[in-house]
Amino acid sequence: MSPIRRKGAERSRREPSAPSTPSAPRPPTAPSAPRPPTAPSAPRPPTSGEAHSTAPIRTLGLTKEYGDLVAVDSLDLEVHAGEIFGLLGQNGAGKTTTILMLLGLSEPSAGEARVVGLDPTRDPLGVKRRVGYLPDAVGFYGGLTGRENLRYTARLNGLRGADAEERIDAVLDQVRLTDRADDRVDTYSRGMKQRLGIADALVKEPEVLILDEPTTAIDPIGVVEILELLRGLVREQGLAILLSSHLLNQVQNVCDRVGIFAAGRLIGIGTVAQLAHRFGGQGTHVEIRLAGVPDGDEVEAVALALGRIEGVSAVHQPAAGHDAWTLDVRTRDDVAGVLAASLAIITRDGLRLTAIREIEPTLDDIYRRAVSQAGVDAAPRRAVA
Amino acid sequence: MSATTGPAQATSAGRRAERLPTSAGWLIVASKELADHLLSVRFFVLLLVLGAAAVIPLYFAAERLRSLASDISGLQAVFLALFTVTPEGVPDFRVDVFVGIAAPLLGIGFAFDAVNGERSEGTLPRLLSQPIHRDDVVNGKFAAGLIVIALVLLAVMVGIAGFGLARLGIVPAASEVMRLVLWYLVTVLYVALWLAFGLLLSIVIRRGATAALAGFGVWLFVAIPYFGPRFISAILGIFLRPVSGEEVLGAQGLQEFVLRFLPSRLYAEASIVLLNPAVTTVSTPATLDQYLQLQQQIPTLVSLDQSLLLIWPHVVVLLALTVGCFALAYAQFMRQEVRA
Repeated sequence: MSPIRRKGAERSRREPSAPSTPSAPRPPTAPSAPRPPTAPSAPRPPTSGEAHSTAPIRTLGLTKEYGDLVAVDSLDLEVHAGEIFGLLGQNGAGKTTTILMLLGLSEPSAGEARVVGLDPTRDPLGVKRRVGYLPDAVGFYGGLTGRENLRYTARLNGLRGADAEERIDAVLDQVRLTDRADDRVDTYSRGMKQRLGIADALVKEPEVLILDEPTTAIDPIGVVEILELLRGLVREQGLAILLSSHLLNQVQNVCDRVGIFAAGRLIGIGTVAQLAHRFGGQGTHVEIRLAGVPDGDEVEAVALALGRIEGVSAVHQPAAGHDAWTLDVRTRDDVAGVLAASLAIITRDGLRLTAIREIEPTLDDIYRRAVSQAGVDAAPRRAVA
Repeated sequence: MSATTGPAQATSAGRRAERLPTSAGWLIVASKELADHLLSVRFFVLLLVLGAAAVIPLYFAAERLRSLASDISGLQAVFLALFTVTPEGVPDFRVDVFVGIAAPLLGIGFAFDAVNGERSEGTLPRLLSQPIHRDDVVNGKFAAGLIVIALVLLAVMVGIAGFGLARLGIVPAASEVMRLVLWYLVTVLYVALWLAFGLLLSIVIRRGATAALAGFGVWLFVAIPYFGPRFISAILGIFLRPVSGEEVLGAQGLQEFVLRFLPSRLYAEASIVLLNPAVTTVSTPATLDQYLQLQQQIPTLVSLDQSLLLIWPHVVVLLALTVGCFALAYAQFMRQEVRA
């Protein structure tokens, strides 16, 4: 009944058929919820449009058009104090354009934004005084030392003398660059420059931090360091942080809420668990790791047996050199039965089991599904626009 | 959450309020740029280029001056002759001509990568996200460039004057000092035009190397008398075939008119009038009578205000060109997207 296909092909075929709306609210079942335990209390419900809202970042119908191209399409967004909000989307989805509008560096075609209570178009200086910004591919004056670069930023923010030095020492310490602070930035690694960029954004003691692709082009350990640093800033200083990224899995653990951004529109907003629920559809996966299944007939036999389990829609054989089998399960309610039946088969056939578990959908999966669903929904609307 | 962060934010906002009002953003940008310029290799290279441009003709001028010393000692403007005397048979081998050729390089050299350099280094978005106006960036960079140029020109001029004082024992008269100061100011203005042009290039052209090449090309054509001006004269010469004396004068007048569209020509005329009080006119006489009159004129030295009257239009046009160039650069920069 279940043809055995390669994993990738199967997934891409299956996704568009996922239902576009969740049938009924389901209690969050995720045992390993992607949100870290340090996250603040339950996310607030979206209240965009409320005039008295105190959220440091709010947008209402924010739109940016370049000629016929709609880079950002009526964006409604709120980021609260003490929260890390991830703006996730592919390159060209409109993330940077949104950020530039929030900073008053680009004028919206329609709609409005309020950042720390100010209109970035009317009072860009007021916004820039209180918002730290780490640009995409941040650069520094290579001939100057890290400290000198920060000193320039401090002066531009009206900090001088002992106050400035004290503040610079503090932020350098925060990003752990103190010992390299007096070397030319030319000699810094990419990760160090990125950390210096965060220090640079922090010099002005911002209430809001806006980070454009803070983890791009950084090695995995550097990413963890940066994300821990951000988490600490939120915990200790109650900043509101908006970060954009196209590396979804990297940031999913650090974001309290995420907004999924595609073709200029926010197609999903909420915690990763909420989005998983909304876009994850009914299906889920079970991964089984088997040691030492020989090739050939025996593999086919195992696949056939697993495929016959009630609730399994497809079986993906491990690629050469791997031992992970993946079962597509029709609904989450079937998972328990599938696990039990798989174990029975494995025991019966005398296979050596090393691991068996349900796989939570990653943000990448969620993103792909959200985009494909929105793509179907969006087609007529974009034609009108 | 907001309850716990409230006080912290209030104090940080309070400290921020204390910092305000900050000094003008352009001053901070300018002082940083100035420090960069003064420590850059570029500064020394351009100082050397301009120094060489001044010293080489000065050397020959000094030789000639010494041999002529007896003749010219009675003249009023001996000191200025340092800048304008040429070796025999080489008419354009003068300090002011050489400075007029090399000085524009200063303008282009300090501006060609002002904005596109920030862009390619990735520092522009960071700079613009600081609480300064966007025009502070352009203004600060222009101001810093102008200060460096003024310093370099001053150093070269003082060097020449010092050479005159020490080696030749010529002491300038008060009117000569005034003329030198005015020549200095006109030269700074002329270089400011090139600086504004370089700034415009750095904003319009995204790559520093391309902007430098474009600036260099324009410099070659406009600032060097043997390229653009020669070329224009040659083209005009094809169409103008004067026969009578009046026609010759007319043709020359037309050539002059066309060449004055080049700022280098304006500077050259202003420069010679200021440095050589014996120059009483910058235009070719319109009629044969005027020409003959000019021939019969007894050579005298004109007073400073007469010289100023002669070049006032030149200065105004140079100023207008500079302001126009800067305004164009400014407008382009304000309209540009921050993102590369």
